[in-house]
Amino acid sequence: MVLTQEKAARGKPSDVEAARLERVEGAAFRIRHHALNMGEVQGQGYVGQALGAADMLAVVYADQLRFRADDPEWDGRDRFLLSTGHYAIGHYAALAEAGTIPVTELETYGSDNSRLPMSGMSTYTPGMEISGGSLGHGLSIAVGAALGLRYQGSDARVYNFLSDGELDEGSTWEAAMGAHHHQLGNLTAMVDINALQADGKTDTVLRTEPVTEKWEAFGWYTQRVDGNDVGALLAAFDNAAAQAAAAGRPSVILCDTKVGRGVPLLEDREKAHFMRIEEHEWQLCREHLTAGFEGKAAR
Amino acid sequence: MSTAATPKLKTSAMIASFADPGQKTASAPFGHALVKAAQENDKIVGLTADLGKYTDMHIFAQAFPERFFQMGMAEQLLFGAAAGLAETGLVPFASTYSVFAARRAYDFLCLDAAEPNLNVNIVGGLPGLTTGYGPSHQATEDMAIFRGMPNLTIVDPCDSLDIEQAVPQLAASEGPTYLRLLRGNVPTVLDEYDYTFELGKAKVLRGGNDVVFISSGLMTMRALQAAEALAAHNVDVAVVHAPTIKPFDSATVLAELNTDRLAVTLENHSVVGGLFETVASAVVTAGLGKRVVPVALPDEFLDAGALPTLHERYGLSVQRIVAKVLAELG
Repeated sequence: MVLTQEKAARGKPSDVEAARLERVEGAAFRIRHHALNMGEVQGQGYVGQALGAADMLAVVYADQLRFRADDPEWDGRDRFLLSTGHYAIGHYAALAEAGTIPVTELETYGSDNSRLPMSGMSTYTPGMEISGGSLGHGLSIAVGAALGLRYQGSDARVYNFLSDGELDEGSTWEAAMGAHHHQLGNLTAMVDINALQADGKTDTVLRTEPVTEKWEAFGWYTQRVDGNDVGALLAAFDNAAAQAAAAGRPSVILCDTKVGRGVPLLEDREKAHFMRIEEHEWQLCREHLTAGFEGKAAR
Repeated sequence: MSTAATPKLKTSAMIASFADPGQKTASAPFGHALVKAAQENDKIVGLTADLGKYTDMHIFAQAFPERFFQMGMAEQLLFGAAAGLAETGLVPFASTYSVFAARRAYDFLCLDAAEPNLNVNIVGGLPGLTTGYGPSHQATEDMAIFRGMPNLTIVDPCDSLDIEQAVPQLAASEGPTYLRLLRGNVPTVLDEYDYTFELGKAKVLRGGNDVVFISSGLMTMRALQAAEALAAHNVDVAVVHAPTIKPFDSATVLAELNTDRLAVTLENHSVVGGLFETVASAVVTAGLGKRVVPVALPDEFLDAGALPTLHERYGLSVQRIVAKVLAELG
């Protein structure tokens, strides 16, 4: 189904909250399922990150983002900027869930001549706004996009997905200052705090905490939530829209997530930037995921 | 202590102009050209990293305050935001000093603007040796750094006329560009010749039978002056101005080089990676067995001091060019 989602979240009646939650959780489940399938094709990939971030991506694509699935260049679209290029596996899964790319294309992930390279690039993939991957770029580009849209009278919003590892990059904080200085109420940053980066746990690589206080000090409307709790994420986005946007404050939603979320055998595995999954385990992962989603027991 | 006999020291002031005393100049040609282009194209916006007054961007900011965005002393944000502005359909001109553009925020121009081939126009002040502040501000290797970046157009203008004519063409061209800015009171030289700036083209400014100069940037002004001076020595010098370093107009330049004349390149840049090596690679690729003599800055960190002193010291002065050519001719 090709969706044309034009800001369903704005102006929704409150009695559809349960349906809203169910819709987004369903999307998160399918994003996870797609990510496992894509990981199996290559026998590797950033599956752990995709599983951890699936709820954030589902809230964006199934609830928040205004876009036209069949016209990814539509002028009036909200912009979703994936700064963490290696999370592309999750983003492709979300774009498939949204109808921008066919689900059948996902199996080309990381292959020669594929539109879905391991690290996301705007020149390759419909719906991919920027070429991320060199970390710490997304928020700067987002500042420019938010300035440009506002200057041109557009009410479109800009979302930047970044990781806690990117908080190491000085450019992230240049952009954080710039967004506050220019009062970019049309900008929302989402930080995936999975406490893991390439060389190990974040607090052993470069301590980024206290993260909340940092963003507050930079003048952002700051919320910290369980990034694997769809209800909490939806509430945070609603708060941001009500409290920050109109006041001209950029908004950040700090999302504590769990690498491998939704697949207990991966949640419990030793965490690594590149999670090792044996050939025979992929089907087991899918079964765990499905059982957890249907019974909610494993979540 | 007597000071009567002490000569007044020359200064190395940042605002030092390389214009000769009494030379015809135009004030802030980039700023005025950008205002004019913006009057005709409402997509043009300007931004800077706390150097608006020092890159002539302040002229634009005063004319179009709502289209000017101050990014603060944050060059990574400057280039990232310029890319973001371009992604929404605008045509940004982003200014800083060339040292910061090339050394400090390369990755942001490369991946955010060049890889997606966005119309982001970088304006770099103090290119080459145009300040006496020393290596922190002298972008002697900016073209060497930038030439390796795919999709990036590099323009090294000679004078105010070049800048005035280049700005609308940079705005109109697809993809990212880098302009080596001459700011403040900029000499006007090329109006004396049958010349117009064309992006991607080299132009023969004057013919000559003994020597051919291939030059870019402010060194074209020096090349023309040196050609006049060499005429007094009965040396007939042709001057070819090649303001677009990339993509390079090899056809025009090679046609001029493929003769028996002494060939000299002149650039306000390190001898490594700039005009000389651009010409040299074109010559070798074409299979011409032609010797080329570089007039360029040495491959070293340069001294601080006054510009006239430094141009003389490093061989960019008219006097040094003339001496070099006469020595080559024996």
